[in-house]
Amino acid sequence: MNKFKTKNVMSVLPKTPTGIQGLDELTEGGLPKGRPTLICGGPGCGKTLMSLEFLVRGATEFDEPGVFMAFEETPEELSQNVKSLGFDLDELVKQKKLYLTHVKVERAEIEETGEYDLEGLFIRLGHAIDSIGAKRVVLDTVEALFAGLDNTAVLRAELRRLFHWLKEKGVTAIITGERGEGQLTRQGLEEYVSDCVILLDHRVIDQITTRRLRVVKYRGSTHGTNEYPYLIDRDGISVLPITSLKLDHDVSSERISSGIDRLDAMLGGKGYYKGSTVLASGTAGTGKTSIASHFANATCGRGERALYFAFEESPKQIIRNMKSIDVNLEQWEKKGLLQFHAARPTLQGLEMHLVQMHKAVNEFKPDVVIIDPITNLIATGTTMDVKAMLLRMIDFLKMKQITALFTALMHGNSADESTNEAISSLVDTWLLVRDIEFNGERNRAIHILKSRGMAHSNQVREFLVTTEGVNLIDVYTGTEGMLTGSARIAQELKNKNLAFEKQQQFAIKKRELERKRRAVEIKIDTLQAEIENEEQEMIYAMAQEKTAGENSTYDKKLMAMGRKADVSMDDVMQGENSEKRKSNKK
Amino acid sequence: MLCREKILKSENQTKNNMKKSEKNSLETWELMLYVAGKTPKSITAFKNLKEYCEEHLKGLYSIEVIDLLENPQLAEGDQILAIPTLVRKFPEPIRKIIGDLSNKERVLIGLDIKERTI
Repeated sequence: MNKFKTKNVMSVLPKTPTGIQGLDELTEGGLPKGRPTLICGGPGCGKTLMSLEFLVRGATEFDEPGVFMAFEETPEELSQNVKSLGFDLDELVKQKKLYLTHVKVERAEIEETGEYDLEGLFIRLGHAIDSIGAKRVVLDTVEALFAGLDNTAVLRAELRRLFHWLKEKGVTAIITGERGEGQLTRQGLEEYVSDCVILLDHRVIDQITTRRLRVVKYRGSTHGTNEYPYLIDRDGISVLPITSLKLDHDVSSERISSGIDRLDAMLGGKGYYKGSTVLASGTAGTGKTSIASHFANATCGRGERALYFAFEESPKQIIRNMKSIDVNLEQWEKKGLLQFHAARPTLQGLEMHLVQMHKAVNEFKPDVVIIDPITNLIATGTTMDVKAMLLRMIDFLKMKQITALFTALMHGNSADESTNEAISSLVDTWLLVRDIEFNGERNRAIHILKSRGMAHSNQVREFLVTTEGVNLIDVYTGTEGMLTGSARIAQELKNKNLAFEKQQQFAIKKRELERKRRAVEIKIDTLQAEIENEEQEMIYAMAQEKTAGENSTYDKKLMAMGRKADVSMDDVMQGENSEKRKSNKK
Repeated sequence: MLCREKILKSENQTKNNMKKSEKNSLETWELMLYVAGKTPKSITAFKNLKEYCEEHLKGLYSIEVIDLLENPQLAEGDQILAIPTLVRKFPEPIRKIIGDLSNKERVLIGLDIKERTI
């Protein structure tokens, strides 16, 4: 047992959770336990706040009292400054969970003569730690000492001793330092605090401020090495979590309706995959928001929750506009199933938006997230930034199995099949809504550019925004090309007429044929009659011939009789009779 | 222990000084020396201080030695960082001199003694 325990301790560096959103994920558990950590950064980047939050969270959430030794601000100023964040320092001090002490270093009051050390500081700190049993210590800008005292050699030696001493005390300490030229801190504190160094940065790009955090080093632990945006707001500091940057999220084969029946039909009859990312792109006024609203409506209609980030219109405006197409979003908002977050993209930096979206998603726990439109975000950063941000957002949502619908505005005629944000490869389903200008009118057409993992229609549908909502109908495709709108209707009418005409022509032809057939039949009759006539004549002629022949034999016999030849009268008569019989038979 | 003796000694002196100051209508200087244990630096500092006071403020001073190892809570009030620290509580304004007080010139300047005596 014992062996196992020590082994465990050996392999895993014990960490102290900070309780600061995202920072614990970033550092995989928090700051190194029982060791000093250096937080450095320029003025106004939130060093004091971050360290103070570390103490407050420690006191309130992890039951670890803390000492805050301020070299720049008095306890009164401090507690006033963080009141807006909901930290009640006075109360914590009363409960003996926090010890605030101010170290004033006034150069004008101090004269240095001969040798000295900083034992007084040690004693004060030691007393503070012991009086409340502190586990956490913050020295807020210990570098202030360098401004007050001249003997830097002593100071350096004493600081080195201080950090060792803190380690020996077993407290988890944060030392803050002002960022210096060419090095992390002005006095090179990073030389002494070598276990964990966190750098805060505060930069302005295109008039928009972005705060970023980077773990410069973390001895004995893996950590995220990139710069991560962080945010200071009414709940303190939140750092953007990075756990999502892996492609190992679960997938669902469940399908959810898009809210538009025909669109579902186009998507293999069932709609989007749950947890997939849908992009609806199109030029201005093609009905992207309508698609989004239908989706939100359908989601809330199923009793699920939808979160709508609007970067273009105010929630009230969206609600009003969608009422005109019979999509009532207001009811869902009242029921608490739908939540709007509207902000101008230029209000803050991209990361700020991202962090805020994260927060909103974590708080509201939606099933569906809509961002309308993502294109406006580009106003606050470069394409690469936006892409990186959306990638994080998508991964984050996928991890949480949240279906996301983004709309993207395409500009002018550049409706080539790549969005400005180059996120086409990131989305699972891509709907493209297009304007078709023809015959003096603009019509909308929708098609599915891609939809991963489902049999989807490859046809273009006409996209109608009616007072009963969005409807998709088949477009006319034929020899005239693809027609929409009134041209389609005209063409359909034309086709109808053509068909009618054809039918008529056919009837006429049929009648003609009948006539012809009858004429031929009549002709056949006449010919038949003719041939019969001729036959009759033939028979008659033959009969005549025979009679003539018989007559001649009869005559000959008669003549022979007359000449007294050897012919009886019977033979003559017989010949006559047989002729008669023959004619009778006929 | 040594320090305590000295404190007592200085207290006695204070009483004497008080009487003197009343007579001379001069006020007693209140000096406090903060130390942390009996370190060579503290001892040197006390020795030096005593010497200067005897020389320039004879009978007009009190020295209180505070050992922070015994009373750590006292460090905060006077904003003590360095050890040893000499604090001139009176006359005002408060002045602080840190170090073993080996530089006589600077101590006297720091305490504002030279001007008065000259």
